[in-house]
Amino acid sequence: MITRRKLIVLLPAAALAWKYVVAGTPELAPNYNRSEHWWGMLLDIDKCIGCGNCVRACSTENDVPDGYFRTWVERYHVEDWHQEVPQVDSPNGGKDGFPPSTAIGGKNFFVPKMCNHCVDSPCTQVCPVGATLHTPDGVVLVDESYCVGCRYCIQACPYGCRFLHPRKLTAEKCSLCYHRITKGLTTACCENCPTGARQLADLKNPADPIHEFLKTHSVQVLKPHLATGAKAFYHDLDGSVR
Amino acid sequence: MMVPVEGFMYPNEIELQWSVLIVVYPFVTGLVAGAFILASLERIFHVVAVKPTYRLALLIALAFLLVAPLPLQLHLGHPERSLEMFLTPHKTSAMAMFGFVYLWYLMAVVLLEIWLDYRHEIVLLSQSTTGVKRLFYRALTLGSSNISAGALHVDDRVGWVVTLIGIPSAFLLHGYVGFIFGSVKANPWWSSPLMPVVFIFSAMVSGIAAVMLIYMAMMKIRKQPIDMRCVDTIAQYLLYTFIIDFALEMLDLIHRIYEADESFRSLDFLLHTKLFFSQVVLQIVIGTMVPILTIGFIQIFDVPEKLRRVAYAICGCLTIIGIFAMRWNVVIGGQLFSKSFLGYTTYKMNLISREGELIAAALLILPFFILAVLVKILPPWVESQAPSGD
Repeated sequence: MITRRKLIVLLPAAALAWKYVVAGTPELAPNYNRSEHWWGMLLDIDKCIGCGNCVRACSTENDVPDGYFRTWVERYHVEDWHQEVPQVDSPNGGKDGFPPSTAIGGKNFFVPKMCNHCVDSPCTQVCPVGATLHTPDGVVLVDESYCVGCRYCIQACPYGCRFLHPRKLTAEKCSLCYHRITKGLTTACCENCPTGARQLADLKNPADPIHEFLKTHSVQVLKPHLATGAKAFYHDLDGSVR
Repeated sequence: MMVPVEGFMYPNEIELQWSVLIVVYPFVTGLVAGAFILASLERIFHVVAVKPTYRLALLIALAFLLVAPLPLQLHLGHPERSLEMFLTPHKTSAMAMFGFVYLWYLMAVVLLEIWLDYRHEIVLLSQSTTGVKRLFYRALTLGSSNISAGALHVDDRVGWVVTLIGIPSAFLLHGYVGFIFGSVKANPWWSSPLMPVVFIFSAMVSGIAAVMLIYMAMMKIRKQPIDMRCVDTIAQYLLYTFIIDFALEMLDLIHRIYEADESFRSLDFLLHTKLFFSQVVLQIVIGTMVPILTIGFIQIFDVPEKLRRVAYAICGCLTIIGIFAMRWNVVIGGQLFSKSFLGYTTYKMNLISREGELIAAALLILPFFILAVLVKILPPWVESQAPSGD
């Protein structure tokens, strides 16, 4: 029972806390229930052709500054005798596609990279003010109105997915197009991938094809030894990929 | 500005995130912790020989402690939000605890101990001075002007307890700085449980060397004789801590070389190229082995006093350079290679920028100005109040 006396005490406290409550609440769409989703992404190495559409789409959709990447594509060349030391390039993050390969022999393939939206994300753990947060639907977001720009999260990310926004001076990364997926759309990168190499996956949706795919295909995450609970699932990931 | 890259870096990794200011930060906190631990030798462990440096060591610790948060503050993208670390700290973050550890160390340990130790003189000065000075010293007494034998005895006992608490606090302050790096599992150059221990011992080494150097320099400036028994004892403690520190660092290095995990090829390359000068030449040879061998030689052979003084001065300077190089190799070295272990980037320092060389140099010089003011306000030697030239 809240008495008038208690209310007088609570109201100023609530007023002080309000801006933090608002700042920590991600943009939501009506009818979107966050507890009904658990987002991840499926990345099919066999299907990626390195066209860079995903990088361009992400850059446009999210106003990513030049020279920085929320997603990028790497090209691997692995020779028979150097399985553990691949040759990798990613000119401008693969945004403009790739020049023809001059490598002879071995195997070549493309690897799209992005934030892994880890369940036990090291970036969230180290953030000193809690500006990096886990949403209840499994997305790792940065609250740019709260980030102090210490860059500890950038150091802690094992996948190199974060950067300091050169104008905002806050940490920046893939938001899994949260503004889109909460409105029933897919991400910009998935939308623009011509081969379906990227597919947004909702693990809480029993009708999502991800479940069938995970049951019937070989799927791996990046750097599994770091136990980050990565949710970027790679199909046919070569052991040489870092 | 194009940054030269060798091999493959993840595209967001090319630019270094932690600059020279983050090198300055652990270097400065290390001096604080080391100076305080040296001061505690006299207070807790009754090493009477180092008494002439007791108060000076405390003032050095305070001077550097006041500067310690500045490099962090200058480094933040949004320094105006830094208070959020106190107001809404994230419990799982090692960095979030910085403010609390810092405040604890500043307020509950260093300031309190200095105040307790100087209270007698502060009260006397508040009575013997006039005008603004009098008001200033009266304010410093915090209303406590009882200097009876009983009150001074209480000061002494409480000061002893504060020092006792201060030793683990000094370990906490710098061990915590090491933990910030050591707990980053994404970075094999940093990720090591030995990191906090190495940071503590290297802090002791740098702090002891700094107090020794500043004491000798101050005696020279004041035209007073250097207490060689004191300096010899400090040098001995410097040697002991140096040996432990070097052993720990070499243990870490040998372990990495012998284990040779997936990151080894990358780190080995760095050690032979980009970090060769700062790690092998500056840190290991010039900054560690030369001082250890020189001070070790002095322990075994009878070296004349004049030569010892010169040797200690040189060893002190080399030690400071070596420890700064160690911080550089940890902070900058840890960002020069890709987390893919397939490439290397380059760190280009700007001369004039918020995180440039000039600011870093200013931050390293600033504690000496603060120290000069502190020494003026709270003279660490009784003799300094007597007329000079005696």
